[in-house]
Amino acid sequence: MGTLGRKDLLDLEGLTAEEIGMILDEAEAFREVGLRPVKKVPALRGRTVINLFFEPSTRTATSFHLAAQRLSADVLDIKVGDSSVKKGETLLDTVATFEAMDLGVLILRTAHSGSAAFVARHSRASIVNAGDGMHEHPTQGLLDLFTLRRRFGRVEGLEVAIVGDVLHSRVARSDVWGLLKLGARVRLCGPATLCPQALAAVWEGAFPGRVRVVHELEAALEGADAVQVLRIQLERLQRFLFPSTREYSRHYCLTSARLRGAKPGCLVMHPGPMNRGLEISGGVADGPQSAIRGQVANGVAVRMAVLHLLAGSEEAA
Amino acid sequence: MNPDAPFPGRAEAAPLLITGARLIDPAAGVDGAMALLVEGGRVAALGPGAERRAAELPGVERHDAAGLWMLPGLVDLHVHLREPGQEGKETIASGTRAAAAGGITTVVAMPNTLPATDSVAIVELVRAKAREGGVVRVLPAAAVTKARQGAELAEIGELARAGVVVFTDDGDGVANAELMRRALEYGAMFGVLLVEHCEDKALSAGGVMNEGTVSLRLGLRGWPKAAEASYVARDLVLAEATGARVHFAHLSGRASLDLVRAAKAKGLRVTAETAPHYFALSEAWLAEHPYDTAGKMNPPLGSEEDRLAVVQALRDGTLDCIATDHAPHGGLDKNVEFDQAAFGILGLETSLALTLDVLVRPGRITPARAVELLSAKPAELLGLKGVRGTLAVGADADLCLVDPEEAWTVDPERFQSLSRNTPFAGRTLTGRVKRTLVAGRWVYADGRGILD
Ligand SMILES: [Zn+2]
Ligand SMILES: [Zn+2]
Repeated sequence: MGTLGRKDLLDLEGLTAEEIGMILDEAEAFREVGLRPVKKVPALRGRTVINLFFEPSTRTATSFHLAAQRLSADVLDIKVGDSSVKKGETLLDTVATFEAMDLGVLILRTAHSGSAAFVARHSRASIVNAGDGMHEHPTQGLLDLFTLRRRFGRVEGLEVAIVGDVLHSRVARSDVWGLLKLGARVRLCGPATLCPQALAAVWEGAFPGRVRVVHELEAALEGADAVQVLRIQLERLQRFLFPSTREYSRHYCLTSARLRGAKPGCLVMHPGPMNRGLEISGGVADGPQSAIRGQVANGVAVRMAVLHLLAGSEEAA
Repeated sequence: MNPDAPFPGRAEAAPLLITGARLIDPAAGVDGAMALLVEGGRVAALGPGAERRAAELPGVERHDAAGLWMLPGLVDLHVHLREPGQEGKETIASGTRAAAAGGITTVVAMPNTLPATDSVAIVELVRAKAREGGVVRVLPAAAVTKARQGAELAEIGELARAGVVVFTDDGDGVANAELMRRALEYGAMFGVLLVEHCEDKALSAGGVMNEGTVSLRLGLRGWPKAAEASYVARDLVLAEATGARVHFAHLSGRASLDLVRAAKAKGLRVTAETAPHYFALSEAWLAEHPYDTAGKMNPPLGSEEDRLAVVQALRDGTLDCIATDHAPHGGLDKNVEFDQAAFGILGLETSLALTLDVLVRPGRITPARAVELLSAKPAELLGLKGVRGTLAVGADADLCLVDPEEAWTVDPERFQSLSRNTPFAGRTLTGRVKRTLVAGRWVYADGRGILD
């Protein structure tokens, strides 16, 4: 077990502010490694890291792959169409076959909420949740916190808007837990079907008054230090969640004009991949306030930090 | 002989005198210490008359039940015995053993078997299996529609003539309103009991737990209680329009119960049951046991408001019965991701204890009300008033002896059921079934298990 003192990274709900701070500090150190000509450190030499993705995601899978590689781990990428595994083999069966390979860390992405915790209960390997259904995507949440901390020097006291399909978003759940634990305030924004008022109650008990739900983008942006724009999935149209992409973008697309309603210098984030013109305009995505490009580079550093703290030996980078 | 009596061909049991127990029989207006004499599988005499008659009879078996409660055998309107078709999860033999261990002496077997119980031939198959290997009485229910497809009426008249009383497509409701209307009208001719599983599948689609704070936190798709209530509302309108009676299975939400309460006040012929988990647990269980599939059932555990509404409805008569919705599943169905897992939990071996522990001990309901809910009322709904659900002279000698003070810890490994899926594992309950008698014959004794 590494310095974090836990076997798995399943969610940000279960981490303390101190643990999050430790990961972000470590990521800062690994960010330096990324700037060196030789980007490798021996921290995970001889360990096997498996990237098991049941949902296609080039971005996250690549980021984890690079992170593990830079830590000198033996990395294996396994991409499974849900169909091939569904033929009688359960998730636990699949994981059991890898355990035989002296598995150190299993990075798992599935469409099923709670699947990472489920596997973690049955496996000796360290499990890193790379997105479980609609539940959490903790390394994305950490990356967003890292981006904010680099830009503002702190997360505490920030006003952060999260806009879009919050209901179905694992990124939003991880972001909110992380932001609250580090002392930020959150506005959740979207149509009532994708961002119901009832969401606020999820965090009300632990962080009273710190999460607001609003349905007008203008209200969410007013006084915001940063805005996280979520990807809209077109399948939502089939469940009557909004009438058309046209109407969605008319109400919720983050445009330059709307962004002027936020604090000057308001940071714009998007976990990707973007639907330009639907939830975010091209001008904002590529504009001076956008952190979107930097987020990708920071992602590798954050994931190195997570892998190292979970499974690395004591001597650091 | 009753058509559902087990142990055919066995020699008649000796007369049996049970003494010292507190007999709680609200259908007969009895609550007090009283001896009971069984002869020929029926209750032959009560009180001093029982003792006098026993003194005259040769070979009377005597059983001292001092300190125990004696209840009419429990009648469970809603049990999935899984046979034919899914014998790995439960069989008629194992399911009736589980019933006996829970003090339940009559079970209504749900027809979502494989193939569905929608014909006299399959009804007869279930009955034959029950006579062969069953230890309590089994009343097969039949599907409302052919193959439970919701498209054509099953042969309700033919099935009713063969003795089927309960008709249900449980697992699904009868979604087509016209078909439901016709089922009510047609079924009423035969006096059958139509039992609805209330779920608007458009509203519940993809839902795996109650829609609310916990589902939002866990990122699990919500099953809104409106899916139940809107279905109840439709069926109440149809019941009023047709004048037919309708019975609602496993109600779990406050809104549904408000609708039923209002309909009863209006005089509609409507009855309803809930299951023990809806008064014993709420979605808070899943907040404490995130993604634990032992907490997944249909309808899902509701909010605390829903749970309290269920308790209130049990008190005020809005709910008529407690039925288990005993739904056995094996590891392949439950040891998977939460949204992939099968719906349903076991109920037979914990139903009475939960009722005593959660409702009777804290004084929410009286012991007599518990017997009404678990025995008298369901027997009446099956047309068995005076025969089951009571221990009046002449009634079937089906009963259970209960120690209301004994605390025990639920251990699924010791269940008679073939399955283990229960959220109550490890929970300590006060109130324990000590013995169960069916047709005058002991079928279960605590510490000894099933008495074959
Ligand atoms: Zn049902
Ligand atoms: Zn059922």
